[in-house]
Amino acid sequence: MFRKSLVFGLALGVSMASGAAAFAQESLSIVFVGKNTGNPYFDSLVQGFEDACDVLGCEFEFVAPATAEATSQIPFITAQIQRRVDVIAISPNSPDALNQVLDRARQRGILVLSVNGDITGSEEFRDAAILPTDFEKVGSDQVEMLGSLINYEGEIAILSATTEAPDQNKWIVGMNEALENNPKYAKMTLVATVYGDDQPEKSTTEAEALLSTYPNLRGIISPTTVGIAASAQVVQSANKADQVKVTGLGTPNQMRPFIKDGTVEAFQLWSPYNEGWLASYFAVGLKAGTIVNEVGATFEVPNLGTITINELNSINTQAGLTTFNADNIDDFNF
Amino acid sequence: MNRITGVIGALLRRRAAGIAVMLLIFSLVVGLIQPRFLTPDTLRIVMLAIPLIMVAAMGQMMVLVSRHVDLSMGSMLGFTAIVAGMVFRDFPDVPWWVGFIVAISTGAVLGLFNGLVVTIFKLPSIIVTLGTLSLFRGVLFLISDARQVDPQFIPSALIQMSQTSPVFGIPGIVLIAFGVAFLTYLFLDHTRLGRQIYAIGSNPAAAPLRGIRVVPVTLLVFTLSGALSGLAGIMYASRFGYVNPSITGVGFEFTVIAAVVIGGASINGGVGTVLGTVLGVILLGTVSVALPILAVSAFWQDAIFGAVIVIALLIDRSVRERGARSVVAGHRP
Repeated sequence: MFRKSLVFGLALGVSMASGAAAFAQESLSIVFVGKNTGNPYFDSLVQGFEDACDVLGCEFEFVAPATAEATSQIPFITAQIQRRVDVIAISPNSPDALNQVLDRARQRGILVLSVNGDITGSEEFRDAAILPTDFEKVGSDQVEMLGSLINYEGEIAILSATTEAPDQNKWIVGMNEALENNPKYAKMTLVATVYGDDQPEKSTTEAEALLSTYPNLRGIISPTTVGIAASAQVVQSANKADQVKVTGLGTPNQMRPFIKDGTVEAFQLWSPYNEGWLASYFAVGLKAGTIVNEVGATFEVPNLGTITINELNSINTQAGLTTFNADNIDDFNF
Repeated sequence: MNRITGVIGALLRRRAAGIAVMLLIFSLVVGLIQPRFLTPDTLRIVMLAIPLIMVAAMGQMMVLVSRHVDLSMGSMLGFTAIVAGMVFRDFPDVPWWVGFIVAISTGAVLGLFNGLVVTIFKLPSIIVTLGTLSLFRGVLFLISDARQVDPQFIPSALIQMSQTSPVFGIPGIVLIAFGVAFLTYLFLDHTRLGRQIYAIGSNPAAAPLRGIRVVPVTLLVFTLSGALSGLAGIMYASRFGYVNPSITGVGFEFTVIAAVVIGGASINGGVGTVLGTVLGVILLGTVSVALPILAVSAFWQDAIFGAVIVIALLIDRSVRERGARSVVAGHRP
């Protein structure tokens, strides 16, 4: 009896402390299913969810499989359906392997949000996608970044994740289109696209092979955190930082030493924190009826301003990529 | 007895020679297709790709010789690397060599644990280490809070060991790998304890009759396997400059076992040499470097890599059967 009243008192105290917004939504439970555990990138995304839920009064939990395989997320989603959570946010490991289980979640009235990556081609199996930036532009932005480092001239290569990684493949298509269609890049030649499978060992060997096979290589774009770190390490070991410019998508904490010692001049990414922040506000607003999930609709998110729901119910947290270099890298910690 | 060991020695040497020939033919074929392959640069890339595998392979070879197997190496590597990395992160003033002590001793404890479970409960090592493969990985997630140790925390002196050394500029981790191989050779071929490992693996039932204390020797073998996985763990931090709980060491045990078996060690115990294992590791490393240099499509690389392992084993087996027929039938006690 005593324990019961204590719990009740605690619950009352918490709900009172977290204010009016919490009062309306206090029971909303959000679960974020990450690609895999131990991925530093997601620590920051999770932080965004947590901070927003602290403000909004939602319950938040992060779960993730040990490995980023196509089907490894299915049992985690099934478990959340059985727990009857209100919102499943997921960074999908596959564009189509999750269709059935996501369908089942939505039939039970669970809001399904694809976060940080979309299930391209299977968009009808999620309610909305929260993407860090316009993925259509990532490829050309990366080519522009490398071009600016090498005076838009010379042989370049791409070191990607796995051959089936959906986001990377989309960006690589964008890179190829930019190189072919934009006269600005006419003197840049893409000599190879290789895959390091997001394993440090294989990525390193592939990067070494690029340097060995293409002695005139001027630059490597690696649109994946494992790949860009491996490329930077290889170029640093080979003392070729002046000759071969490495850029791509990486996290500031992973790339900090390479920026500090000049191996890498600049790389790009977005704010994963803002994705978690936005996703929480979107989910809470949608469930409360203050946001309408329709293409063209807009809503306000603190710190991010007015957000628009784009084609296929996809939402971007920022317009373009953030560039990290020696001047600003110490402002970021993720 | 002398004559028999002499014949076995000749056979083993021939097997090592077989791997060396395979390595030569493979390199020449690749060199014909892509001349750039036959340059010192390739040698450098291969030498940097193999040290972790070579160190662990010495441990795995001893385990196989004793008629066991250690499937938990990848998780031991990840575990020890993350523990060493966390020490560097949480105690920034610690010198780089402390990482070696931490990783090797942590690995030894994990390996001893494997050995104790195998010997006390008399369970097959394949099952025990399959279990600890998951167990060690799980505990490593818990102790690291599933967070990676970022590059800024790894001492630069440690990173430099993968780039150079005072000895002709040969990267330190390469020197360590060959040093460990040489020490393993001295231990296995020139100490009584080393020979006892072969005796246990050749005939576990007869070994106690010959005065060999099977349990302590088995414990030693598993402990060495763990310690060498720990050494590979700190070398991982040196080579890649960061440690990630879900990436570091995953799948490592399969590469190591493939290299050791290509090197002529038998999964039935009692057979295995340092020279063969070194050549097996180099062959595997050469193939993994050759495929990207040949610009083999990523879709094909895994398949070809696997095919090379199978072919190497088939060639090795046919050589071994021919050898076995010509050797005195009763060389096994």
